[in-house]
Amino acid sequence: MNASIDITTVWAFIIAFAVFVYVVMDGFDLGLGILFPLFPAKADRDVITNTVAPVWDGNETWLVLGGGGLMAAFPLAYAVLLPAIYTPVIAMLVGLIFRGVAFEFRWRTRAQRNRWDIAFTGGSWLAALAQGVALGAILQGVHVEGRQYAGGWWDWLTPFSLLTGVSLVIGYALLGATWLILKTEGELRDKAYRISWYLLFAMLAAIGAVSVATPLLTIKYAQRWFTWPNVVLTAPVPLAVAVVTALLLKSLAERQDRRPFFLTLLLFLLSYAGLGISMYPYIVPQSITIWQAAAPLNSQLFMLVGVAILIPLILVYTGWAYWVFRGKVRPESGYH
Amino acid sequence: MLGLDAIALARAQFAFTMTFHIVFPALSIGLASYLAVLEALWLWTGRDVFINLFNYWLKIFAIAFGMGVVSGIVMSYQFGTNWSAFADKTGPVIGPLMAYEVLTAFFLEAGFLGVMLFGLNRIGPRLHFLATLMVATGTLISAFWILSANSWMQTPAGYTVNAAGQFVAADWLKVIFNPSFPYRLVHMVLAAYLTTSLVVGAVGAFHLLRDPHLAGPRVMFSMAMWMATLVAPIQILAGDQHGLNTLKHQPVKIMAMEGHFQSHKHGAPLYLFGLPDETAGKVKYAIDIPKLGSLILKHSPDAPMDGLDTVPRENWPPVPITFWAFRVMVGLGFLMFALGLFSLWERWRGRLYQSPLLHRFAMLMGPAGFIAVIAGWVTTETGRQPFTVYGLLRTTDSASPLAAPAVGSSLLAFVIVYFAVYAAGIAYLLRLMAQPPHPGEQGPSSESPVRTAGITPAPGVPKGAGAT
Repeated sequence: MNASIDITTVWAFIIAFAVFVYVVMDGFDLGLGILFPLFPAKADRDVITNTVAPVWDGNETWLVLGGGGLMAAFPLAYAVLLPAIYTPVIAMLVGLIFRGVAFEFRWRTRAQRNRWDIAFTGGSWLAALAQGVALGAILQGVHVEGRQYAGGWWDWLTPFSLLTGVSLVIGYALLGATWLILKTEGELRDKAYRISWYLLFAMLAAIGAVSVATPLLTIKYAQRWFTWPNVVLTAPVPLAVAVVTALLLKSLAERQDRRPFFLTLLLFLLSYAGLGISMYPYIVPQSITIWQAAAPLNSQLFMLVGVAILIPLILVYTGWAYWVFRGKVRPESGYH
Repeated sequence: MLGLDAIALARAQFAFTMTFHIVFPALSIGLASYLAVLEALWLWTGRDVFINLFNYWLKIFAIAFGMGVVSGIVMSYQFGTNWSAFADKTGPVIGPLMAYEVLTAFFLEAGFLGVMLFGLNRIGPRLHFLATLMVATGTLISAFWILSANSWMQTPAGYTVNAAGQFVAADWLKVIFNPSFPYRLVHMVLAAYLTTSLVVGAVGAFHLLRDPHLAGPRVMFSMAMWMATLVAPIQILAGDQHGLNTLKHQPVKIMAMEGHFQSHKHGAPLYLFGLPDETAGKVKYAIDIPKLGSLILKHSPDAPMDGLDTVPRENWPPVPITFWAFRVMVGLGFLMFALGLFSLWERWRGRLYQSPLLHRFAMLMGPAGFIAVIAGWVTTETGRQPFTVYGLLRTTDSASPLAAPAVGSSLLAFVIVYFAVYAAGIAYLLRLMAQPPHPGEQGPSSESPVRTAGITPAPGVPKGAGAT
């Protein structure tokens, strides 16, 4: 039984890892779509989409691993959560359809090019907002009876879930802007710098608002964060956010092209760790723990073998693909 | 409580999104392998015509693959959104199969796709060929896992049931290699290859009708017709074996496919056409060949065959849909066989590139693979009803606790979005296909500039020796 408990925790971390990798990797793809309206020139838009054209599909695959892995490792949580966030999930899928096909379609037509740019922007906004709303809807807790979701069609829609929705849109936009700083040059990069300043302050406001609102949702979140000895573990998180923010401000001021993106990733990691601290060990907050939702030991073990071998391999060849397309993307090259 | 309407809507949504999804993997499995063959031939012979064809089909592949990816993500989340009871109960068994599909196939395809589409000038032809091979391998591995999961729902094996009512694997090898899996895998992969060869053949035929001397269309048409000639008869044999396997493990599905309402003690007929009437329990206006049903299914004209009269009414699959979808698939299969034979005849007479009749026939058969694939899936999935896990878990016990309006609105959203997006996508595909492959054909990279500074922006594809 002890072995089973340990592997369940390991699986919780694997799923959390897959979701985190998805959030930051598709986060900057979606961020580019969110920022599209600020770059109306066609030449800029071509460069922007080309910075991610070779990698966006791999980035999105982490979402499938997050969902598929959840069904495999924590089937009860998958079965309870997805009906609870039915509408945001459908909205996300529709958004991802428009965003995904726009990558290809916008090159296939000249006359309708703007139409697919609108699809790219609208799809990115919709997917990002829906993901943030879904996160809020899960954090605020869902009504469970037996082994099923027992709430209503619109339970997910609250001021809190809207707050997390808007916050994620801001966060993705910041990831996108700092990605552009990393991958472009000239006026496009200068504009990305300017936008990053605004977005960083907006993101800090969003982190602050969600941090204040979450403990107000339920007394258990407040106890988790503010009681002794938990404080020893939780207090460093806001401190680290402050340090990373300072470094991020410095790198933006000194215009160091590489740093802002990776520091923004750190900021996401800290926010994500904060969410983890709030939720653990629940996978459906306040109702189902990871152990209650866990698949049987032999399912966990069967997959663990694959994960242990394949995830490192995936990281290697994904890293190679990024390496092949490293460096700044320029507008003049190879276009006709 | 759940109304039946919510379940009917959820089924409609799954069927609709699945039907749109399946045509793209069917094409991308076949095209990925075709692209690998074309690139290998280019590396081997150095003839420009192969790299031109490679770049030509690569652009088409990029669109088909993209549409397959976005519609596939919808499928992977729908188990949870609309079939949560099913997900809870079967997650421990088929969840890991799908997780392995993601880990071994989806990442492989997606990781190397970008390099395959845009990387030729950056990494050189040999490493690029490796990327193409990885993508092609990924599509086949993906088929392996998802068909294993689907087959387990048809012919569950190697499982026990735990206290919470979940299916739990007792023997993973028996789960993965469940009884219908090898047959379904072979049948589907062949279907993908056949579908692709019909598409490639139709595009080649279209251009040959206008100019029989074009090098690219000649090569693609010849390759496609060889493929159809060889694979169509193999597919008919594989389908026959798959049918015998179904008779052994899912006899009720066969009864529905054949319209066998009554048991036949002395040899069952084969209904060629007719209107199955479930209330009357018979096939109306039937045109049948006596004893042929038993001959095909039992390899003996007088073998007795049970009918649906031996099965409780509540366990019947919807007979008319199963019956008709099966006939559409088989009919198209024989037309494909005929196309292969015709092309062989014209090839033997040396008129492969100058036969307008053959070219028109090949064009007409261009979409036949897609229709046959959809019809085949409708046959096997409708024939599995009224169960999601055959004989063990009923469809009515599998759905999410959602009210009809929620499912109805999402179904409506999918219908609108899919028709808008897929209509545009198909229009772009047809527009690309309407152009013949040109000498010096460029891949997607020339249109989407992803090269960094320092790399020559000229088409840096090494020129082979042969002229087109």
